[in-house]
Amino acid sequence: MSGSPTAEWPLWEVFVRPGRGLSHVHAGSLHAADAEMALGNARDLYTRRGEGVSIWVVASTDIHASSPDEKDSLFDPAADKPYRHPTFYTASEGVPNL
Amino acid sequence: MHGDHAPATSAGPAGPAEPSASGQSSFDRVIAGDGRIEPRDEMPDDYRKSLIRQISQHAHSEIIGMQPEGNWITRAPSLHRKAILMAKVQDEAGHGLYLYSAAETLGASREDMMQALLAGKARYSSIFNYPTPTWADIGAIGWLVDGAAICNQVPLCRASYGPYARAMIRICKEESFHQRQGFEILLTLSRGTPAQHELAQEAVNRWYAPSLMMFGPPDADSPNSAKSMAWKIKRFSNDELRQRFVDMLVPQAQALGLTLPDPDLRWNAERGHYDFGELDWSEFKAVLAGQGQCNVQRVEHRRRAHTEGAWVREAAMAHAAKKAARQQQSARGAA
Repeated sequence: MSGSPTAEWPLWEVFVRPGRGLSHVHAGSLHAADAEMALGNARDLYTRRGEGVSIWVVASTDIHASSPDEKDSLFDPAADKPYRHPTFYTASEGVPNL
Repeated sequence: MHGDHAPATSAGPAGPAEPSASGQSSFDRVIAGDGRIEPRDEMPDDYRKSLIRQISQHAHSEIIGMQPEGNWITRAPSLHRKAILMAKVQDEAGHGLYLYSAAETLGASREDMMQALLAGKARYSSIFNYPTPTWADIGAIGWLVDGAAICNQVPLCRASYGPYARAMIRICKEESFHQRQGFEILLTLSRGTPAQHELAQEAVNRWYAPSLMMFGPPDADSPNSAKSMAWKIKRFSNDELRQRFVDMLVPQAQALGLTLPDPDLRWNAERGHYDFGELDWSEFKAVLAGQGQCNVQRVEHRRRAHTEGAWVREAAMAHAAKKAARQQQSARGAA
């Protein structure tokens, strides 16, 4: 065999929906030759005990992530906006249904 | 950057060798605050290397650990026991895969880890270099070996490295089935005919000391422990965990109607713990150094399985490439 067939199987990220009404949650990753095999492997690896009702697999190279270096510029602006939370407003305390 | 996976390089861990000053201080802050380090955070090179070593050794142990039990799948005493044993061995494979994935988030490549194991360069738990001559050994492995593993692994669910801790949570949930099924095998034998009872006792005699040695050398003799505890990867010392394990075993052995092969084992009311005899660490070192009964056999078997599976891996990749090419072609045709 020559060329790509001998290469390592690519990496896939696995997301499992634990039950109806819930979102898919990242469960882990695995190697597989293609998406179909990744789904089969994900079923064997991450749902041996009824952990899920649906699986997504995504090629790891297709995940685009924010960088930890940008953490401050991305998430700090939210820290100084307490008025986005209902607890910021106290004038309505004691008034029913508010 | 792709999620939690740094592009793997065969040269070793990806990323800068040492964190910047701000990276180091944020690492120290997270560790001090008992938080979790996540894959793309800056971390000291030693921390990364130490984790890759520990996680990959742990993964190798799970993979090699399939062999002593796999040995009995075809000869399990009933279809019921056989189904259970297959599920257990499948779990061990799964545990190995969770752990390899966790190591990959640190920049280690799966291929390199696999090659190190096949070349006999990688370490795995020396317990798996002991043979399983009787069915009772399967019970003893579940009760003692998986029991020791649980003792070791429950604190690792709080390890400071996120992906490792998450893998351990999954593994610990599954291990408790392993330990209980081992206990059940031994209890059934212990309550059976005198010959069956004897079989169970002999297996416990074989596995007791090696399982105690699974916690690693005594604290005074364990060079990596202090660092690992400062980094909050490890939460308890080898000797603390070993003591905890012995304290748990004594009442369990009584429930089994079996004895633990240690004449020095007795309750110490002053300490509130069981005292137990010295372990033969020369044996531990010899097995670790490759002189165990099955070291050669285990690695050779793994190598053979890997070689015999090569055509499957290659065929799957060829099939995937062909399918992708066909899809591309039909997309072009449709355009």
